[in-house]
Amino acid sequence: MMGLISYLVFFTTIASILAIAVLGLNLQWGNTGLFNGGVVAFFGAGAYGTLLLGGAPQADHIGGFNLFYPLALIGGAVAAGLLAWVVGRLTLHLRHDYLAIATFGVAVTFENIMRNAQGFSGGAKGLRGFTRPLEAWVNDGLTYNVLFLLVVSVLLICTYVFLERLIRSPYGRLLRAIREDEIAARSLGKNPGKIRLAAFITGSCIIGLAGGLYATFYAFVSPQDVLPTLTFQLWAMLIVGGAGNNRGAIIGTFLIWAAWTASGWSLSRFAPVELQIYTGTMQFILIGLVIVGMLLWRPQGLFPERLVVSQSGRKKN
Amino acid sequence: MIQSLADGILVGAIVSLGAIGLTMVMHMLRFANFSHAELLSIGAYSALVFDALFSGILPILANKIGPLSMTWALILSMFCAMGATGLSAVLIDRFVFKRIRDKGDELSMVFASFGVALIIRNVLGLIFGLKSQLYSNDIVFAVMVSSDPLLLIKPDQVFVLLAALLIMLVLQFVLSRTTLGYALRAVAENPSLAEVSGIRLSWVIALVWIIGGMLAAAAGVFYGLNNHINPVIGRDLVLPIFAATIVGGIGSVFGAVLGGFIVGISANMALLILPSGYSPAVPFMIILVLLLVRPNGLFGETQT
Repeated sequence: MMGLISYLVFFTTIASILAIAVLGLNLQWGNTGLFNGGVVAFFGAGAYGTLLLGGAPQADHIGGFNLFYPLALIGGAVAAGLLAWVVGRLTLHLRHDYLAIATFGVAVTFENIMRNAQGFSGGAKGLRGFTRPLEAWVNDGLTYNVLFLLVVSVLLICTYVFLERLIRSPYGRLLRAIREDEIAARSLGKNPGKIRLAAFITGSCIIGLAGGLYATFYAFVSPQDVLPTLTFQLWAMLIVGGAGNNRGAIIGTFLIWAAWTASGWSLSRFAPVELQIYTGTMQFILIGLVIVGMLLWRPQGLFPERLVVSQSGRKKN
Repeated sequence: MIQSLADGILVGAIVSLGAIGLTMVMHMLRFANFSHAELLSIGAYSALVFDALFSGILPILANKIGPLSMTWALILSMFCAMGATGLSAVLIDRFVFKRIRDKGDELSMVFASFGVALIIRNVLGLIFGLKSQLYSNDIVFAVMVSSDPLLLIKPDQVFVLLAALLIMLVLQFVLSRTTLGYALRAVAENPSLAEVSGIRLSWVIALVWIIGGMLAAAAGVFYGLNNHINPVIGRDLVLPIFAATIVGGIGSVFGAVLGGFIVGISANMALLILPSGYSPAVPFMIILVLLLVRPNGLFGETQT
């Protein structure tokens, strides 16, 4: 029983952290129509940023500034935002798919640098030696995890409320206007480039925040955590939930994460031993099928975006 | 130094072949196809299957040609693989991309191409296993062309370079001298006007996929000949191919060829300065530099 509870706590924590990242992605893709092909780079920037800023000093690499934890978490999000600023400045004024290529490249490069730059990121063995905030005060592991889940849930709700208010505001209307018809938006005196960049950076900061929480939860991050797999998973979560719908994004995250863990578990449990090494392969095929299948048959997702009509066209008599 | 240059030229030829198809698709269908590099894998693996088939039916074909590790069977297989890959490209378009294109969302196509790449790569892994394979297990010794500076070249490498250049020449001829080529360029310039002039749009699109698939298959076989064949060829080559396309400018076949050589050579040269672990990141550095200096590529038109 305790095992089940602690597993549920673990599952919900990871799913909630990923949900925050998917909400950030939704701001980029769902609301603004920006394709981020390297979500994992911004997630990783947050993760590495948080651990480097908040960790204890280490002999063999830089970082370990022992910053007050919330500051370290914000620092991680800012690191992700800075990365987004650089990529966005270079590509957002070009053909729309340049952003996809550039972000994809950033993700490959980010993983590559983290794997090789020993002195900066700890290389392939990752960043260790991070003490989770307040861990010394709570001596029971499960209690700590429950408390951590509470913090994550509060942050998830805050992100949700923030984004809901944002997309309902005139600013959100502007984002949709640019997504639907850039020329029309420009004719009304709006600057699509600037607003796209702002939305891209904001979304990346939120993804970075999720990365920071993820690394804090494990008190560890390594290049294995920033593989392209994560990008595909987050994408599948968003497309299943429904791009443009924040509630859908959260539900999609929980559904896909449950499906992912369940499929991994059942493949390792029931598949013949000689097929066991193909567990990952089969899971990837499933993720690919989910993405392509959703795009073909239900591109709006399970929970489609609700159109916000500011003023109905008909005159009231 | 000179060795890196020689190796870079070879890699460049392979990347060029991949980039030509990608640049044509990106220009005509206006989306970044992340599954294009998987066509190289399809080509490499289907050649492996045909090779086993031909060598089995006619053992005489399995003899090596001169100093190469290539056999007649493999050459024959390469042509069959080119056909098979062109056909696969058309089928993928019919079943996935065309249906999304008809809904009229370009970015969804980019998104779908990620999914398609994931499916192809892992299905290949499931069928052929995750281990690397080779066309021939014989060891071919490199010939020392000069000892100071040291330059070692395998006969296969010379063959691959020549074959790649020949394929590019044939393509150049088709594009510039035949009605087919005119139709292709007309559609790329202005699809509606081309249709009014009696060009079947759907045929031209299929043609682009066939050409792209055939070139990719050749590139895949050449890559397999010089390295080894494994399911992650696509994953490893997708970024260099994109870099070559962007360097050359989207839509420019000549640019893609030049871009391929630039990417191949600079990636090999960069390893003289950087530790080899960083090699996957080099194509992206090239993309970054280019976006800073000349965002539309060397031969690209300004487009929005």
